[in-house]
Amino acid sequence: MARNSMTLAKEPLWKSILRDRWLYVLLLPGLLYFIIYKYLPMFGLIMSFQDYKPMFGVLKSPWVGFKHFERFFSDPSFFMLFRNTLIIAFYNLILYFPFTIILALLLNEVTHMKYKRVVQTVTYMPHFFSWVVIASLTYKLLSTEVGMVNGILELMGYEPVNFLTSAQWFRPIIVFQGIWRDLGWGSIIFLSAIAAIDIQMYEVAIVEGANRMQRLWYVTLPSIKGTIITILILRLGRFLDLGFEQIYVQLNAMNREVGEIFDTYIYTMGVVGGQYSYNVAVGMFKSIIGIILVIGANTLAHKLGEEGVY
Amino acid sequence: MKPKKSAGERIADSIIYLVLGIVALITLFPIIYVTIMSFCDTNRYIPENFSLGAYEYIFSTNTFLRSIGVSVYITIVGTLLSMLLTSFMAYALSCKQLRGRSLILFLVVFTMMFNGGMIPTFLVVKGTGLFNSLWSLMIPNAISAYNMILMKNYFQELPEELKESARIDGCHEIRIVFQIILPISLPIMATIGLFYAVSKWNIFMEALLYINKNQLWPVQVLLRNIIFVLTGGLGDAGSEIYKMSFSDESMKAAVIVVSSLPIVIVYPFLQKYFTKGLLMGSVKG
Repeated sequence: MARNSMTLAKEPLWKSILRDRWLYVLLLPGLLYFIIYKYLPMFGLIMSFQDYKPMFGVLKSPWVGFKHFERFFSDPSFFMLFRNTLIIAFYNLILYFPFTIILALLLNEVTHMKYKRVVQTVTYMPHFFSWVVIASLTYKLLSTEVGMVNGILELMGYEPVNFLTSAQWFRPIIVFQGIWRDLGWGSIIFLSAIAAIDIQMYEVAIVEGANRMQRLWYVTLPSIKGTIITILILRLGRFLDLGFEQIYVQLNAMNREVGEIFDTYIYTMGVVGGQYSYNVAVGMFKSIIGIILVIGANTLAHKLGEEGVY
Repeated sequence: MKPKKSAGERIADSIIYLVLGIVALITLFPIIYVTIMSFCDTNRYIPENFSLGAYEYIFSTNTFLRSIGVSVYITIVGTLLSMLLTSFMAYALSCKQLRGRSLILFLVVFTMMFNGGMIPTFLVVKGTGLFNSLWSLMIPNAISAYNMILMKNYFQELPEELKESARIDGCHEIRIVFQIILPISLPIMATIGLFYAVSKWNIFMEALLYINKNQLWPVQVLLRNIIFVLTGGLGDAGSEIYKMSFSDESMKAAVIVVSSLPIVIVYPFLQKYFTKGLLMGSVKG
C-alpha cells in the first residue's frame, strides 16, 4: 500500500492532492464555512482600531488607534460590566461546581437501580431546555402578579416579593437557574469517573473495616481527584462565558445595574445602537481575557499531569 | 460482597434517598406546574377551571402557527444541512493521508477558543446576504467544531480495510461516505443529529440578531416576546396573539409547554446515547 506515512512524505504535493481530489471536494464546504463565518469575523476585529462606517467597510474606514479602548477603560460602565460578569461567574463556580460532585457521590450510594435511573433521567433533562423556556418557567413561579411563590406568600400573610424586577434577586435567580438546568448534566462526568474505580479497592476497604464515610473519603474522592481537577480547570477556562440568552431575556430597567454583562452590553449598544467599532473593542477585551484564561487553564492542567482541552 | 447494613447505614440510606428525591422534585416541579396551569382557564396561580381553551386559542392564531412552522422548518432543514457538512468534513479529516489535515484541524480547534465576537459575525452574516432570511439561522452555525471533531474521531476508529476494499473495487470517495461510512456510523450520527436538532429548536440569539421580521420568528423568540416584552406593555410585535378573550396567563403557559414539548419528546432518545458515554470521548477526565 502506498498510503503509509514513509512514502507519503516523499510524494509530490500535486500528486497527493490529485489522488485525494474527492476528499478535498468533501472538505471544501466545511472549510468555506470556517473561513467565512469564523475567520472573516476575526479579521473584522481590526474594526476596533477604526471608526467603522458601513459605507466604507472594514478596508476603508478611518484608523483611530486605541481611541475606543481608551474610552472604554475610562467609562464607568467598564467597571460595572467587569464586576457583574466576575460576580455571577464566581457564584456559578463556587455553588454549581461542588453540587455536581455531591450529586454524583449521592447517586453512587443508591443501590436501588430503578430509583437511581429515575433521578438521573429527571435531573439530566433541563439541560436541553432553552433559556427562554427556563426564564418563562421562572416567570410563572416568581412574578409578582401571577407567580405561584408570591401567591403562597400572600396566603401566609406576607407582602409580595419583587423577584423579577429587583436588583437584589437577579443574581441569586440567575445562579439558581444555572444549577437547576445543569446540576444533573454536570454530574455525569463524575459518575462515570466513579464507575471506573476498581471495585477491589472497596472490597479491601471493607475488609479493613472502613465504614461508608471512610470509603468515600479514602477511596472514592482520591480516585476521582483527577477528574475534579480537570473539570474545574476547564470551567475556569470558560469562566467569563456567561449565557447571553439567559441574562438578556431577564434583564430589565430595575436589574440592569447588577445584571448587565459584556455580551448583553455589546448587543444593546453595538448591534441595536449601531456603535460598531466601540463595541467590537469591548468584545475584544473580553475575548482576550477569555483566551488568556483558556491557555492558562490548559497549561495548569498539563502541569498537574492532567489532560486539557488541547 | 455485600456487608450487612447497620442501623446507622440504613438511616444514612434514607437520608440519601430523601435528598435525591427532593432534588428530582425541585427539577420537575416547575415543568409540571406550568403544564397543569396550561390546562386551566385562570389568571391566578392556583389550578382551577379545567379547559383546553388555551391550546385551542394558540393553535388558531397565525402568529403562533407561523412561528411553529419556522421552528420546525429550521430544525429539519438546518439539522440535515449541519449533518451533511459536518460528516463530509469529518470524513475528509479522518483520512490520515490528506495533505494539510493537521493545519485544518488546528484552525478548527482554534475557533473553539477564540472568535470574532457578536458584531463582526453579525456584519459577515449581513454581508453574505443572510440578514432577514431563515438561512441565517442554519448557515452561520452549520458546523459545531466540537461535533465535527467527535465525528472525525469516530470515523478514524473504523477499520481501515473497510475503505481500502471499497477503493480497490473502484468505489468513488463520495460513494464510500454514503454507502459504507454513514450506515455503519448510525449511533454517532443519531446522537449528533439529535444534539443539532435540539440546538436548532432552541435557537434564540441568532434569531434576535439576524431576523427582525416578526413573520420569520422562531418559536423561542415569540415565547420571549409573549412572556417578557408584552407584559411590560412594550412593543406591538405579536399583538395579534395578544387579542384574547380569556386568561392570558393560561395562554402563556400553553406556549411554554408547546415550545418545550419537542425537547421532552426526543429526550429519552438523547439520554440513551449520552449516558453510554459516547460523548465523553473528548472531554475525558
